Amino acid sequence: MVWHKDSALPEGIDMVGIPGGFSYGDYLRCGAIAAQSPICGAVKAHAERGGYVLGICNGFQVLTETGLLPGALLRNAGLKYICKTVGLKVETSDSDFTAGYNAGDVIDIPIAHHDGNYFADADTLARLKGDDRVAFTYTDNPNGAQADIAGILSANRRVLGMMPHPERAADAGHGGTDGVALFRALAGALITA
Amino acid sequence: MKARVHVMLKNGVLDPQGEAVRHALGALGFDGVNGVRQGKVIELDLAEGTTEADVTAMCEKLLANTVIESYAVDIG
Repeated sequence: MVWHKDSALPEGIDMVGIPGGFSYGDYLRCGAIAAQSPICGAVKAHAERGGYVLGICNGFQVLTETGLLPGALLRNAGLKYICKTVGLKVETSDSDFTAGYNAGDVIDIPIAHHDGNYFADADTLARLKGDDRVAFTYTDNPNGAQADIAGILSANRRVLGMMPHPERAADAGHGGTDGVALFRALAGALITA
Repeated sequence: MKARVHVMLKNGVLDPQGEAVRHALGALGFDGVNGVRQGKVIELDLAEGTTEADVTAMCEKLLANTVIESYAVDIG
């Protein structure tokens, strides 16, 4: 754990995880203030050096606000906060986050958000699709996200932002284990690196 | 000196909150409201000598997310 007012990450770190939550009470825009906190400069530098970054839920919002991932997360189209398990289609297995799945797999992962409605302009959407950077799509779009997008990768495929919570489907006690393969694949990539 | 920043969702970005307000106005009997867009106004109390370019930089860096929002600055 690193405090948001710190300005450096621990030496030799391989991966940064930005968890969900409601940083700064979602004031101004979700993730906007956190994206300006001192530690985010170090996270950006880490990503630019080719380090792994995983942003989940509010973490995804922070990553779009820092510019590490394109697009933005808008209020859910139905205006309601949604907390339920949804079906996700794995769109690509070509990343160290998604290598444990096969493209086309459908997995059950919980969502819990008010602002998960992914938006990007047409050119950005075309680029994401053309470069195989859409990681996950919703099988039944719950929030109005463009192109059913639930998670996207950076150009170097080492930054993943996603609204659903794989860490909440990582133990039988959670009611599902479909998220385990993501963490197992990532751990495998880090060990062999 | 004061500055007032108006931030709106860009045209073409769906505004579900504005839509909900439009429906509620219709339910109250206000016919003829064809569209509602909801934005925000940010008032800044600034040191003398702050320039419009400074406020524009504030908008670009933090106050607006130009992926989805447009902004306008009023100074004075």
